[in-house]
Amino acid sequence: MSKATLGSSHRFRPGFWTAVFGFLFLSFCAVAVIRFSRGLGAVTHLSDQFPWGLWIGFDLLCGVGLAAGAFTLTAVVHLFNLKRFEPIVRPTILTGFLGYAFVIVALLLDLGQPWRIWHAIIYWNPHSVMFEVAWCVMLYTTVLAVEFSPVVFEYFGFQTPARLIHRLITPLVILGVVLSTLHQSSLGSLYLIVPSKLHPLWYSPMLPLHFYISAIGAGIGMVILESYLSQRAFGRQLEMALLEPLARGMVVALGIYGLMRLQAIHRSHAFGSIWNLSYEGRMFIIEFTLSVLLPVFLLSVRRLRENPDWLVGASFMAVLGFVANRLNVSITGMEAASGVRYMPSGMEILVSLGLVATGMAVFAFAVRTFPIFPPGSSEQSPGIREEA
Amino acid sequence: MGMGLLFDATRCIGCGACSSACKEQNHLPGEVEDHLSAYTWTTVQPREGLNVRRLCMHCEVPTCVSVCPVAALTKTPEGPVVYDASRCMGCRYCMMACPFEVPKYQWDRPVPVVGKCTMCASRLKNGMPTACAEACPVEATVFGKRDDLIWEARRRLREKPGSYVNHIYGLTEAGGTSVLMLSSVPFEKLGLKANLPAEPPALRTWQVLSNIPDFVGVWAVCLYGVHWITARREDVAQVDRKGAGRHGEDRS
Repeated sequence: MSKATLGSSHRFRPGFWTAVFGFLFLSFCAVAVIRFSRGLGAVTHLSDQFPWGLWIGFDLLCGVGLAAGAFTLTAVVHLFNLKRFEPIVRPTILTGFLGYAFVIVALLLDLGQPWRIWHAIIYWNPHSVMFEVAWCVMLYTTVLAVEFSPVVFEYFGFQTPARLIHRLITPLVILGVVLSTLHQSSLGSLYLIVPSKLHPLWYSPMLPLHFYISAIGAGIGMVILESYLSQRAFGRQLEMALLEPLARGMVVALGIYGLMRLQAIHRSHAFGSIWNLSYEGRMFIIEFTLSVLLPVFLLSVRRLRENPDWLVGASFMAVLGFVANRLNVSITGMEAASGVRYMPSGMEILVSLGLVATGMAVFAFAVRTFPIFPPGSSEQSPGIREEA
Repeated sequence: MGMGLLFDATRCIGCGACSSACKEQNHLPGEVEDHLSAYTWTTVQPREGLNVRRLCMHCEVPTCVSVCPVAALTKTPEGPVVYDASRCMGCRYCMMACPFEVPKYQWDRPVPVVGKCTMCASRLKNGMPTACAEACPVEATVFGKRDDLIWEARRRLREKPGSYVNHIYGLTEAGGTSVLMLSSVPFEKLGLKANLPAEPPALRTWQVLSNIPDFVGVWAVCLYGVHWITARREDVAQVDRKGAGRHGEDRS
């Protein structure tokens, strides 16, 4: 009865966004076909001088980074025992899982021989950061799937496995936090090996810590942003009582991160390249304003923080600024040493957009199908409850 | 014993015999290009009135070997840094990380692999010199034990100090390389990376990676400690609440 009601109220209605998402998904498939018949050179602007482009800078670095809300919130709820945040844990874990799935699909296109992606399991090189990254992707994707599985078990009415996972939740969450700490920081460690190539505005021995803390900040921004998007899409109330304290956490994380960045730039004597407004300097100013200055200052003001529009706007800036930072590290900061300018090809951009669109579509499907948001927070839910 | 190559830019006549010999030895398709590629593992570039060879430097502590997640790249005891294409998944971290920008990729192939000089590792195993050194008509590239080549390079610097800049490129660059170079003009003018630190880049990541096992244990215990404290506080709070309630009843 309840399912039937849900089904009829969310009947598939193709509209503008469905067409856009459909187009992006089909473009993604088309690019994949060309890439596997004619090589990476036919679809990307990658070259011997610039071997890592948008798919690493955006899909990998941002896909993993913006999934950081999952480990942050599971730690807040299950380790710090702040149970009032429990209602937003499930959508956050789902975002995390989709973020990691997004990364894996992107890697399947970006890797030269993706059918060997499992080689890291049998051929070990513990000296390689990429080896650490590979293991973290595999293990943490599994942890996220297990953390999310009770939702699916509940849907199908399997009580025993759901109860088993519930009992194991503490070690599971600790494993997830440890793996995430390693993984978020290891993406920064990837660039420790290129002191002579990465611009001093971004290179620092502290890169692993920069990546870790900025991911926590932007990961919280993502949680706020997706609460807003699901509120718009599913007519839900924005849980301001939960999001406002999260925003305070974001201010602290981004504040610490901003100070660390300034300290690192001071240590590498790179302030000059900001003041002289070089290419790198201008990109840094855009990044730092969006990722640190605006979110921290806006959300430090209580009146703005408690206003849904400002809260969502500032979180959006933090997420954009985070993306700008990862693109600056992986692309802007590497261009001078490579001797070439890299601009992603149209097909590279289509693939990234297609993946984002697919991720959002899967999220929307999952939210409609499974009990992800708590009952009572959706407009339709009370009615359904009564009928059931 | 580590073998190596000594290239003397003041001797090179730019005939390109080394690049052609390399193509033949390694069955590489196409003509010799003016830059390194997946199909041109060594080439001679005219710079500042000299001719300079580009090829894998075969580092003593190779960055590419340290970054490869599947250990497709290895440093053999004889000196060459070799590549096992059957392991490679194509992450291209070696290309990103190499301080000399040597590994190149087959961008035009659906099933691509990395291409780079292997110092003719298979010939070395049979006691033969590299194909490029054998082909060189003027001994601009000579093959030998790295230690002997360092002595030879020092002898040339000592005997003809006016003909060379007083530096052996590859002696300390990025921790030292099996390929050594001599020149009469500063090396950065030949298109080589100058001012590479003597500390191998690989050590920078190892300082982080070697701490992971300790970190995992400590971090997991800390996180469990936090959980234990917060859960305990909740239990105590619950008991207190019950106790307070009963106390109130008693009084009434």
